[in-house]
Amino acid sequence: MGHDSHDHKPKGFVNRWLMTTNHKDIGTLYLVFAFAMFITGGAMAMIIRLELFQPGLQFVEPDFFNQMTTMHALIMVFGAVMPAFVGLANWMIPMMIGAPDMALPRMNNWSFWILPFAFALLGSTLFMDGGAPAGGWTMYPPLVLQGGKNVAYLVFAVHLMGISSIMGAINVIATIMNMRAPNVGYLNMPLFVWTWLITAFLLIAVMPVLAGAVTMLLTDRYFGTSFFNAAGGGDPVLFQHIFWFFGHPEVYIMILPSFGVVSEIIPTFARKPLFGYVSMVYATAGIAFLSFIVWAHHMFSVGMPLGGELYFMYATMMIAVPTGVKIFNWVATMWKGAMTFETPMLFSLAFVVLFTIGGFSGVMMALAPVDLQYHDTYFIVAHFHYVLVPGAIFAIIAAAYYWLPKWSGHMYSERLGKIHFWWSTISVNVLFFPQHFLGLAGMPRRIPDYSTQFAEFNMMSSIGGFAFGLAQVFFIYIVVKTVRGGKKAEANAWGDAKGLEWTVPSPAPHHTFDEFGPVDLKKMAHGEVH
Amino acid sequence: MDVNTKKTLKKCLMVVVLMGGFGYALVPLYDVICDITGLNGKTGVANEQILARQVVDETRRVTVQFDGTVNSDLPWSFRPAKFSMEVIPGKMYTAEYIAQNVASKEVIGQAVPSVAPNEASIYFDKTECFCFTQQLLKPGESKNMPVTFIVRSDLPEGIDVLTLSYTFFNRSNMTADEKTQGSDVHEKI
Ligand code: HEM
Ligand SMILES: [Cu+2]
Repeated sequence: MGHDSHDHKPKGFVNRWLMTTNHKDIGTLYLVFAFAMFITGGAMAMIIRLELFQPGLQFVEPDFFNQMTTMHALIMVFGAVMPAFVGLANWMIPMMIGAPDMALPRMNNWSFWILPFAFALLGSTLFMDGGAPAGGWTMYPPLVLQGGKNVAYLVFAVHLMGISSIMGAINVIATIMNMRAPNVGYLNMPLFVWTWLITAFLLIAVMPVLAGAVTMLLTDRYFGTSFFNAAGGGDPVLFQHIFWFFGHPEVYIMILPSFGVVSEIIPTFARKPLFGYVSMVYATAGIAFLSFIVWAHHMFSVGMPLGGELYFMYATMMIAVPTGVKIFNWVATMWKGAMTFETPMLFSLAFVVLFTIGGFSGVMMALAPVDLQYHDTYFIVAHFHYVLVPGAIFAIIAAAYYWLPKWSGHMYSERLGKIHFWWSTISVNVLFFPQHFLGLAGMPRRIPDYSTQFAEFNMMSSIGGFAFGLAQVFFIYIVVKTVRGGKKAEANAWGDAKGLEWTVPSPAPHHTFDEFGPVDLKKMAHGEVH
Repeated sequence: MDVNTKKTLKKCLMVVVLMGGFGYALVPLYDVICDITGLNGKTGVANEQILARQVVDETRRVTVQFDGTVNSDLPWSFRPAKFSMEVIPGKMYTAEYIAQNVASKEVIGQAVPSVAPNEASIYFDKTECFCFTQQLLKPGESKNMPVTFIVRSDLPEGIDVLTLSYTFFNRSNMTADEKTQGSDVHEKI
């Protein structure tokens, strides 16, 4: 698509969006898609919390309830969080390193447009005989294979999502390695770019493993192989090993870019350079490496030799070390800074505090003997929602507020942003904190009914859930309002924020950094570091 | 696409293909690890060499418990004739299971053994077993199924009780209805 004039955007839906190879437009597509999936998955969560509002079965059939937990997780993981980060990567990485576009623009178009098909396939199972997959997002056999007609759809949808993320990841790698402005070294790159580079390597390493695992499910179900079928000499536990070899790095795929986002925002509003830039890079790489060797902490109760339990326990606890380095660096960045508390900063601060709570419950579950109690209870539900909702999702929201002026050219309403922040932060804690207690008291996960001693905490959690859901509808309103109009944003919307993205006008023109050449390193957050 | 981008693309695709292969390589790798460690409770097959190596200590006794289940797809009843026996490590014993086909069709089944605790499974060897081959039962037919085994004499001290458990799976092509036929009988055994 050879249009080289400055802000000449292609006309019409097909040319502008369907055929686009522009990193900013593709970034927008990803973000809009992710938001739509976030709302869809969120609606399913509302059904779950509605059913769990009181003990007993009130609203939905148990089988449908299980479909909701499964689909909610699949949609949030593969449809909301991952595409949102790819969207942010598309928008920001080229502008942050002085590149005119992504390295492989056509592939970029493909990797996005595969996604709607993947989720149409997955979503269509809801309307089939026997319904959607109901065996949990972890897809453990033999349960998942007993699901009726949806197995093939589930597997092909996962294949498509995998292909899409692999293409997105390759694009990020190729862009960062080959398209940096000539004077931008690796150690000048913003942390968002660094964390995404490492995430992209995780993606190309583990998505093929997931693809393999689900392909084995497919052939076990339809072609008579026995990878996981004990009758034919297979072993269902093997699936768990393969799945979690993918699955644990996957959870870091969802959190490393958040670390990057927060590492951009906190220095801006603390008005100090990021503390310990190089140690942040090493900590990220360290976490990524460790994420490959801890997978069986998801399987402590499956029956492992003592040596295995001990190894996976100690290896998992080690992750807390580089993670701790990051938390301390963020705190040190704020130390004696001239802090202000605009909405992106508030969400980032909440991220630091609440993600750490999730990290702590993680370390608790890393202890093999006590995990036998926590495993498959609401405690683990609380754990991963703390790291994913006020963790990954808050980081995405913070990023949206932080860069919205750059994307849209308008400032959002700070008053509405603050309302959104407090509303979300209070309700997310009301939603997930009681689940720790439920889990410790023994309430199992993925169950539509429960005994009456769990009633109070469940009701609390549901109320928090509805409030949190509503807050995100309010967020749509804020975003739409900002895109439509509002106070004009300066090129440097935050006054003295560092980073090349703030050197181009707001809204960012369709094409930026078109001439390949050196950039002003002093404008970069880590310009002095080499 | 410039040369460097092409190079990066190629390298990344190589990683993708290699990791796809790695996913599949985990399957044999897992089997090897399980063979060495007994991780998945699978038992061994005794050969001459193993039998010749046994040093029998007549004073040592361990208890072997027997357990039998059928997978929900198989319209059989299946149980051990005796629920446990005292054995001397290094000596050969025979135990029996009883299986009955409660469906009105011929059914082929395959038994899959497993020993708990895992650490003990590599010391449990069979010389003969109904699980070595598939078993065919005519409608209503009942059959005694023997298994001949030794618990090896190098079984670590401290393991006093082993459980040998079989699960019988359906290996004939049947419709879902045929498979559940007679499933109410399972409760009675
Ligand atoms: C210090 C860091 C962390 C530690 C030590 C840790 C540890 C654990 C452990 C031991 C489990 C398994 C619990 C069980 O099944 O009994 C678990 C589950 C989980 N963790 Fe973490 N975790 C950490 C950080 C994270 C992060 C950053 C994320 C994602 C952003 C995450 C997402 C999850 C998810 C999704 C599950 C549940 C998977 C499932 O069974 O559905 N964790 N974690
Ligand atoms: Cu994990």
